[in-house]
Amino acid sequence: MSSKFLQSNRTGWLMAGPAVILIAGFLIMPFFFAIGLSFTNQRLISPNPTEFVGLANYRDLLGLATISLEPLRDDAGAVLMKDGEPEYPALRSFTRNNPDYPHLDGTREWFSFDRGEGRTYVLARDVVFMKAIVNTFIFVLIVAPVQAGLALGLALLINQRLRGINLFRAIYFMPVVVSIVVVSLLWSFIYDGQSGLLNNLLGAVSFGMIPALDWLGNPSTALGAIIAMSIWQAVGFHMVIWLSGLQTISPTLYEAGSIEGASKWQTFRYITWPGLRNTAVLILIVITMQAFGLFSQIDVMTQGGPLDSTQTIVFQAVERGYGKQDISGGSAISVILFVIVLSISLIQRWLTRERT
Amino acid sequence: MAGITLNDIRKSYGQVHVIKGVDITVEDGEFVVFVGPSGCGKSTLLRMIAGLEDITSGTLTIGDRTVNDLPPKDRGVAMVFQSYAIFPHMTVRENVAFGLTIAGASKEEKEAKVAEAARILQMEHLLDRRPSQLSGGQRQRVAIGRAIVRKPAVFLFDEPLSNLDAALRMDMRMEIGKLHKTLGATMIYVTHDQVEAMTLADKIVVLKDGMVQQIGAPMDLYHNPANAFVAGFIGSPSMNFLDVDVKAVNGNRITVANPSLDPVEITARHGSYTAGGKARLGIRPQYLTPETDRRSGQLHGKVALTERLGAETVVEVTLATGKSVIAALTRDAVYPLGSEISLSFNPTEVHLFSE
Repeated sequence: MSSKFLQSNRTGWLMAGPAVILIAGFLIMPFFFAIGLSFTNQRLISPNPTEFVGLANYRDLLGLATISLEPLRDDAGAVLMKDGEPEYPALRSFTRNNPDYPHLDGTREWFSFDRGEGRTYVLARDVVFMKAIVNTFIFVLIVAPVQAGLALGLALLINQRLRGINLFRAIYFMPVVVSIVVVSLLWSFIYDGQSGLLNNLLGAVSFGMIPALDWLGNPSTALGAIIAMSIWQAVGFHMVIWLSGLQTISPTLYEAGSIEGASKWQTFRYITWPGLRNTAVLILIVITMQAFGLFSQIDVMTQGGPLDSTQTIVFQAVERGYGKQDISGGSAISVILFVIVLSISLIQRWLTRERT
Repeated sequence: MAGITLNDIRKSYGQVHVIKGVDITVEDGEFVVFVGPSGCGKSTLLRMIAGLEDITSGTLTIGDRTVNDLPPKDRGVAMVFQSYAIFPHMTVRENVAFGLTIAGASKEEKEAKVAEAARILQMEHLLDRRPSQLSGGQRQRVAIGRAIVRKPAVFLFDEPLSNLDAALRMDMRMEIGKLHKTLGATMIYVTHDQVEAMTLADKIVVLKDGMVQQIGAPMDLYHNPANAFVAGFIGSPSMNFLDVDVKAVNGNRITVANPSLDPVEITARHGSYTAGGKARLGIRPQYLTPETDRRSGQLHGKVALTERLGAETVVEVTLATGKSVIAALTRDAVYPLGSEISLSFNPTEVHLFSE
């Protein structure tokens, strides 16, 4: 049975062969390699043999702990103050070689909050990676709805029978064709703190009221600047997907709507939007996955800075795997990203499922 | 309730003239059918009445208002489409109530009106289903339900039965006829199926190439077609046409003949004829009778095809001129292929058309 299967399909196997080999070599094997490596201490180039280390890489990345401290008091029991703030014992005394707190060893303060008299510190083994996760989530949470919404707006605008509408379609689609690296370089000039286009523009329209900002050099604006550019760059791509969704809606439905007296908004609410359901699911998942992969913009524009304000998961993976030659740590980050994206896609699918 | 008047209505797409000056009057409560072959402009005309197409020139009046420039919703019309155009993501109930939802009607009002529409169309049991769970006929019922729920003055039907199978088409045809009697509203119905036209219409408008060929009651069109096109379009199987030579003219009594037709005198209803000229003779298949004596009929030929339908037998006869005619007999009969046959007709039941 099996020999017949192989023989009669020899030509088929020959033809499929190159593709199967390439897919296996460049997609399937690396995937399992990454999972395997993330449980070892493999380095990119190392004289030492590879050892299995279990979940150590994940612990180093994701390890979190909290500690609540009471403020220091003097002998009379009054709280010691320093610069108008209560004074707390030094964190280092707990996180460095303190035999009473072995689980805190090697951690650093991520953030802290006051609770009653005391203060609670959230400690992370890898604060930079935590920031990368938070930044990536901020990026996704802003980019996904805004980019999808803008793309839908553009798609509705260009889904009209107007003279020269193809010109607009082409213009909106152009940034998609340009490499993200080129786009990032160009926008670095736009965001430049001295003579950038954006500063000049804002200065001109506000008659100099808005001071020049170093958009990429300021921790409070850098991530926002990258978000804005990223939305602009890929909005045309999603516009085209929306457009294809719009064009699958039968024109007769719109005619029926107009005869029944639907206003523009009602037409959108009752005909267009329900007709775009599947497209919406697709676009949200695609944008989410792309947004989680945020790397090129960071690599070209900020390198994760300033003050780690634009660190992202993928940038960390590359930085660790190649920059620090810690390929197992980089693999662990990739696996974490895979799990995050997979769970979010599944949740999105579940939320947007067809209800009968 | 409202009558409709079309006065010199024209429609052009650039240099292409689709509707070339149409005048039609539809009385209040009348059932008018626009009929014609594909591309004759009947659907375009209907869409112009609905407000889905602009009117290039002419005046369109619904009730006592000129509605040329009014959007569809202000014309007081409801429309049923060939492709049903029901919303796939809504239940039947939501679909039927759509117009009321749009108008912001209260929940009680919607419930009551949907229930009434469902009762009229006998689809109470379908209300909570989705369109994907319905058959074609049920979908069209929903589309009609959506149309009647707003109680419009005018109903427009754009080939509503074309996507249905033959048996269902007949059922729905009868239902639409009943609906018209129940509601008493003005209805305009577009079809290319002359059976639908004949059975439903108070008045038929025959269109060809964007022009009205004839307007009249079904039997008027059947018995007194204004031209060869109307004669050929109305009636099934369609009328036989023979090219004949005019032998003699005596007032409106014309004698015609051709190599396969013995000279026969016909009373012409219209047209002008001159002796020695050409004309077309139209004979309905039902009015051709085979003669037992082969020399007694006016047409002679050989049997080329017999279709036995039980109650009817359709015989195709190839005449000596090479031309074929169809005879429809109201009984079951056997005619062997290739056998000689002679057909006769009553000269008062045929139509003569000038070239």
